Amino acid sequence: MTTAIEINCTTGEVIERPLTADELAANEAAQAQAEVDRAAAEAEAATKAVAKDALLTKLGITADEAKLLLA
Amino acid sequence: MPNTYTLIASNVLSSSAASVTFSSIPSTYTDLVLRVSVRSDRAATFDNIQIRINSDAASNYSRTLLSGDGSSESSSRGSSESRWEFAVINGNTSTSNTFGNGEYYIPNYLSTSSRPASYFGVNEDNSATAYMRANAYLYRGTAAITSMELTPQNGTNWLTGSSFYLYGIKNS
Repeated sequence: MTTAIEINCTTGEVIERPLTADELAANEAAQAQAEVDRAAAEAEAATKAVAKDALLTKLGITADEAKLLLA
Repeated sequence: MPNTYTLIASNVLSSSAASVTFSSIPSTYTDLVLRVSVRSDRAATFDNIQIRINSDAASNYSRTLLSGDGSSESSSRGSSESRWEFAVINGNTSTSNTFGNGEYYIPNYLSTSSRPASYFGVNEDNSATAYMRANAYLYRGTAAITSMELTPQNGTNWLTGSSFYLYGIKNS
């Protein structure tokens, strides 16, 4: 059974209950969206890495030399 | 630790749970600090924390992250997300009994306009993978923060032993 825990910060009461069908469906949708977001973030990072490599090649310097220039 | 740093509520899981929610957060502080040491059931060395504020699923959340693993770094941004995402922690193929840990700092949580926040955390699986991540967050909801729901971003459950501590800060 999948449960949700709610901690009422005013009363201190801790409620543990099973997820409703709607919450289970929402969680599945959120996880699917999270995968989309994760893939997008990885793609963005990969695009930046490619652009960085291209710039270093264009400048004719290594990544360590670039760091030295910016230090 | 300043004497204005007060534990509001905490929970250490004795069994797995899909979500942990801090509700009815009192309005007697100026800032909130949320500290977590967690591990999800995702079949990978790492996962991430998602936080939804006030049950608000609208596109009111922004995130900029900086991530490093010792050999490479990355940065990314999401400006219209439905939760705060990408706070890295341990997944379930990490070495047994290892947990990722992190801290959120949420200043001015009673404001009804945009609220920036920060996250700094790590996952260290005591084997081959370690990430360090610093995130800048913004929440654009129009009500004071009264609840926060934490769920794994990719996994289904937080695993036993995961711990959650919410602190309030006054006069910071």
